[in-house]
Amino acid sequence: MSNTIPCRKAFTDTLIAEAENDKNIIVVTTDARGSVTLGEFARRLPEQFVELGIAEQNGIGVSAGLALSGKNVFVCGPACFYSARSLEQVKTDVAYSNAPVKIIGVSGGVSYGSLGATHQSLHDIAVMRALPGLTVILPCDIHQTRLMTKELIKYRYPVYVRMGRGAVPDVYDETNASFTIGKANTLLVGEDLTIIGCGETVYHCLEAGKKLKEKGISARIIDMHTLKPLDLEVIKKAVEETSAIITVEEHSINGGLGAAVASEVVQYRPIPMKIIGFPDEFLMHGKSAELFEHYGLTSTNIVKEAYNLLHNKDS
Amino acid sequence: MNIAGNTDISSLRIRAEKIRKKILEIIFNAKSGHTGGSLSAVDILTALYFNVMNVDPENPEMSGRDRFILSKGHSVEAYYCVLAERGFFPKEWLDTYGKFNSPLAGHPVNSVPGIEVNTGALGHGLSMGTGMAIAAKMNMLQYRIYVLMGDGEQNEGSVYEAAMAASHYKLDNLVAITDRNRLQISGNTENVMKLERLTERWQAFGWNVIETDGNCVEKLLDVFLNGIPGNGYPTMIIAETVKGKGVSFIENKAEWHHKVPTESELKDAINELNQRIFKYQKSTQGQ
Repeated sequence: MSNTIPCRKAFTDTLIAEAENDKNIIVVTTDARGSVTLGEFARRLPEQFVELGIAEQNGIGVSAGLALSGKNVFVCGPACFYSARSLEQVKTDVAYSNAPVKIIGVSGGVSYGSLGATHQSLHDIAVMRALPGLTVILPCDIHQTRLMTKELIKYRYPVYVRMGRGAVPDVYDETNASFTIGKANTLLVGEDLTIIGCGETVYHCLEAGKKLKEKGISARIIDMHTLKPLDLEVIKKAVEETSAIITVEEHSINGGLGAAVASEVVQYRPIPMKIIGFPDEFLMHGKSAELFEHYGLTSTNIVKEAYNLLHNKDS
Repeated sequence: MNIAGNTDISSLRIRAEKIRKKILEIIFNAKSGHTGGSLSAVDILTALYFNVMNVDPENPEMSGRDRFILSKGHSVEAYYCVLAERGFFPKEWLDTYGKFNSPLAGHPVNSVPGIEVNTGALGHGLSMGTGMAIAAKMNMLQYRIYVLMGDGEQNEGSVYEAAMAASHYKLDNLVAITDRNRLQISGNTENVMKLERLTERWQAFGWNVIETDGNCVEKLLDVFLNGIPGNGYPTMIIAETVKGKGVSFIENKAEWHHKVPTESELKDAINELNQRIFKYQKSTQGQ
């Protein structure tokens, strides 16, 4: 279970292996070789590597131009900048022009925690989901990241991916990992309630599910790795077969996973829900784990919220 | 056919004036459009599409074609009229401009045959052109990428991110053109946000800079066909133009940026353009 490899490293290692045999794969970056772990790609495949310096708007625009010329482009840099500084280029040059660029936002969410709000991206799911034609993915561990990377190489549509900075515990292993764009994975079957996570929170959801099981509560645990298109079938089944839904996300409670799921639930058949995420405020200063702890993105708090939700339903 | 010496300059001029008439008609019909900037850019677009660029209207996605990006996307009426005249799509489409469910949006969209990218937000085209130029270099293909920019557009900071990258990567297959009509919505470019010295600015970014008359097809052709050095630097053509060029009462007036002509203004403008076309035709016959 313990893992020391960050998802971004699993991504770049997989991409190097594929790009060595596929010269059409191009990596674009904006002075983020270290952040993304692209040093080795740049050394081994310099002809397939485009450095653009600290210029995210140009980074996305150039990527669109390369993609519209037939290149299979992965533009990689901090999620906080690609989802804000260059948002108009993402909207116009990539999504609206239908340029099949894969935008890889690393160190997303509160990965850079103590660096403050400039370096956090707690709005990216909200803004990226609102752009037509853009697929939005948050992988939860290195095994899923490797599968996702191979899928994205074959995928010919615009994509935004968000990954964290640090190594995260395994959710899957090499034998049971699965990844199909738009199809959520059920990690634990259960009938009492459904807990849905994405990205780094999936592990905490799974831990919460195990704790609840020990207490006799049967929680269905869902890995909603694709935020768009959302897996509507898995949400409808959760509504039909369980009595409440909790969502857990490393994102603002406005416009993220919880809002996306709630929007589907209320239009289908409302059931009680709890959205766990970061509140609508600039956060306290602290490391990623400290912020998860303080704001309740932990298995302990998920278990507590599950009790609240099931208790309120019965009362 | 792409050699200036073989080009009938008069017929190219006549074509540009006829396109000006069509631009005014579609803006009048749509009751919306960017009149001034479309008229200033007509000669540049006409020269490129009829005598410079290697494009095939029958096969708009032909590999190895020259690429064009209208970074000043608001001059879309000129762009659509030139593309239709060149045969990329039926001229009847122009009659739908501004109407519900027209294939022609109010800024360029690449669902229209011949259009490479969607533009309209300023300061994007040069970056996309830079990406296309890098791709051409990677593929060792010889085509050029032309990006037509506004002068007011060069207030946008992203322009200079692309300017740096294009010279850093020695993209001598990238040719930018500034439609230097010296007016933007709020007035003279030098009063709104000073651009001069523009030539020295682009030179400082590591570009070749060529100044020419952007409303003279003959001079434009000479630059496009003979004047762009393949010396490892991207090229910026500063095309001195007149906003609203070709219609005396529209020329050099900032309010005509997106003003729509009235019926009598349209009539007057068409008369003026017809007289000029007649004059060009007469001079051709006299030769």
